[in-house]
Amino acid sequence: MLSDGAAAMPNPGSGPSAAGAGSPRLRVALAGNPNSGKTTLFNRLTGSRAKVANYAGATVEVESARWELPGLGPVELVDVPGALSLSAHSLEERVAIEVVAGLPPAPRPSAIVVLADATELGRHLYLVLQARELGLPMVVALTMVDRLAGLGLRVDADGLAAALGVPVVPVPVDDHAALQTLGRAVAEAVGHASPIDRPDLIVESPTTRADIDAVASTVPEAWSLGIASRARALARWALLSTDEPEFKSSLPRALLDAAASRRSRANEEGRDLDHEIVSARYDWIDRHIDRFSGRERPAGERSWTDRIDGVLLHPLLGFALFVGLMTVIFQSLFVVADPIVGGIETALDHASAFVESLGLSAGIEQFLTEAVLGGVGSVLVFLPQILLIFLFVGILEDSGYMARVVFLMDRVMKAVGLHGRAFVPMMSGFACAVPAILATRTMERRRDRLLTMMVVPLMTCSARVPVYSLMIAVLYPVTTESTVEQGLLMAAMYAFSVLVALAAAAVLGRTVLKGKHAPLLLQMPPYRRPKARPTWRMLRSRTGTFLREAGTVILLGATMMWALLTFPRTSAEDAAAFEAKSAEVVATAASEGHAPDWVDDQLRLLEQQRAAQQIRGSFAGQLGQTLEPLFEPLGFDWRIAIGVIGAFSAREVFVSTLSVVVGVEDVGADDPAPLRQEIRRLRRTDGSPLFTPLTCLSLMVFFALACQCLSTLAVVRREAGGIGWAVFLFGYMTALAWICSFAVYQGGQILGFR
Amino acid sequence: MVSIDSLPLGVPARLAAIGGEGEFRRRLLEMGFLPGTPVHLVRRPEIGGLIEVELRGCRVSLRRTDAVSILVDAL
Repeated sequence: MLSDGAAAMPNPGSGPSAAGAGSPRLRVALAGNPNSGKTTLFNRLTGSRAKVANYAGATVEVESARWELPGLGPVELVDVPGALSLSAHSLEERVAIEVVAGLPPAPRPSAIVVLADATELGRHLYLVLQARELGLPMVVALTMVDRLAGLGLRVDADGLAAALGVPVVPVPVDDHAALQTLGRAVAEAVGHASPIDRPDLIVESPTTRADIDAVASTVPEAWSLGIASRARALARWALLSTDEPEFKSSLPRALLDAAASRRSRANEEGRDLDHEIVSARYDWIDRHIDRFSGRERPAGERSWTDRIDGVLLHPLLGFALFVGLMTVIFQSLFVVADPIVGGIETALDHASAFVESLGLSAGIEQFLTEAVLGGVGSVLVFLPQILLIFLFVGILEDSGYMARVVFLMDRVMKAVGLHGRAFVPMMSGFACAVPAILATRTMERRRDRLLTMMVVPLMTCSARVPVYSLMIAVLYPVTTESTVEQGLLMAAMYAFSVLVALAAAAVLGRTVLKGKHAPLLLQMPPYRRPKARPTWRMLRSRTGTFLREAGTVILLGATMMWALLTFPRTSAEDAAAFEAKSAEVVATAASEGHAPDWVDDQLRLLEQQRAAQQIRGSFAGQLGQTLEPLFEPLGFDWRIAIGVIGAFSAREVFVSTLSVVVGVEDVGADDPAPLRQEIRRLRRTDGSPLFTPLTCLSLMVFFALACQCLSTLAVVRREAGGIGWAVFLFGYMTALAWICSFAVYQGGQILGFR
Repeated sequence: MVSIDSLPLGVPARLAAIGGEGEFRRRLLEMGFLPGTPVHLVRRPEIGGLIEVELRGCRVSLRRTDAVSILVDAL
């Protein structure tokens, strides 16, 4: 539903630039470890709306924005996906090396800025050393420097710069002057001749060096740029990555063959090339790090993170707190969103009244109030809930708690064959499957990503909430006691979705997507206070995306459903018959002396009959009646069938379609009182109520399981690299929905429920 | 030499050998799990399959079943 234009750019070189038209000629790549403060710095430098997250690899999208360099003018700053190293373990890291190194077709950056977390310098220097070998102008930005004192650490930026032979700029949070210094350093670097043949810092053993040189000779000129040290850097990368599936597809044949043959020869000789190459870099770090960093005083008492983790990672207490937190979050979705929803509904009512006051022709007025305001409006009222879900998921990520949840839930995830990190996309699935599917890119193996993609759309996304709300309202009239039952039923639907998703993962992981368990390596970032401004920017950007979506896809869907339900119009004879009946009512009232109320009631009844006749004869009505046999066993008649079919474009369309079907105008779905009453009045042909409790339950089960979201299918097609998996997802979910609804309805009837 | 998950909590040790295979092992190496590196065990819940270790100033969690291939020398 909330498909994101910038979200999926498999080739970062061709993506749209946030800088917009006339984007600057110079590109600067901003690279760093996950959690190194990269996205925060990106936002501070560009004022962009990119999302900040504290969970390993949350920046799965390649974003770029305009950055004004002092004395040079604007450059395009590219936010490279977070990477521990420039190796291709995951899709993100492959993108990272291609963008940073500028491997064709990605354009070569004029300079690279590599972030290093000063509090974890030893490990972050690994990426810095790798980037340095690429021979491009570069600047190291030291982040988290303001946290050094609290930890009793010191880092000497000048000493580091001297050792590396590249400029190093500390960038404390809230220090505007430091950003200027960084900008000047980058402007100067951009002015240097590129590429640069830097002297090697790393000294491998002669045997390892022979392997590297042999592979380096096969690096194509377009990659090495004729620089020997850069060719060796790419050779090391190739040697470390030959058996990574993400890697093979993008590599020149000669380079791949050379690296593979050198690797297998080293294996035969009993050597460990991985260790030889990696340890050479860490040797340099270990030998030099004391020169520019150290501990000024011993680490004192346990840090805050340690103390909090003692509670939150406690196997029982931590789990109980997690469940408690989730309960509070889902409760607040309804409590907090309610007044805002009321406000939106009032605004929509005013808009409707305004349109009616314009005195437009009946057809246009009907289109504006029913299709535009009714259709889009019934979706718009869910904006508050959707934003709240994004807000909660965002805070959980930014604070670092999400990594703890992965820690707690690993046992469950492993039992069903999901990757440990799959838990975060599944949680995001409560908001929307589209960003959740994009979040699967943090997993290294294609099999793990696919398995997660196949089950994430089962999670109760925000688009299902309107349908559940309506059905629950039909089931339980609003009384003081019923609110508890309503809440419980909603919670049950969430629990149902989680259980089904886990079960589906267990089945798919043992059949279609067989594979070994992937080992889990989880970084535990220190807890950080989520920052208000980036969170606000994220919400603003999500609102924009949602409104665009509502203004395009959903408006189109609502208009189409409206047109299909409105045309062809009732025949002239029928219209004349209706006019005659109306006149008869008025005449009867006059002769028999009925009150005006009676006349209104009679006329309303007639109008409803007319509307029902109109819908039965419309295109959608005809389609619904044709497909009725397919839905009959689930307890759905042709009218529900119309809604279900319309909902395959987007689930929310169901509520607006149903409101058109029952002929109620201006129905806000979150205030379903009038719609609910009309729906209760609907009868089957035999005169029995249409929406029995069993029908409502069957319908909710259908919506819980069916894959009714074009955006999800589109993003799965793109991320899975082919239409096959999207077709499979649609097929298995929809088949599962039909079977389970069938079981609920037929089984319920056998058990004597109605 | 003992496997890293059987260290007493908080006791300093040095990595001795990194087992495992393929990309997982390579990832461990690139995160600085190298023989000779100081390391200590931060957390080992009674229930649950993950342990948390600290090395090079970073905290990393991994499954006990994967951690058995990482050997350490207690100091």
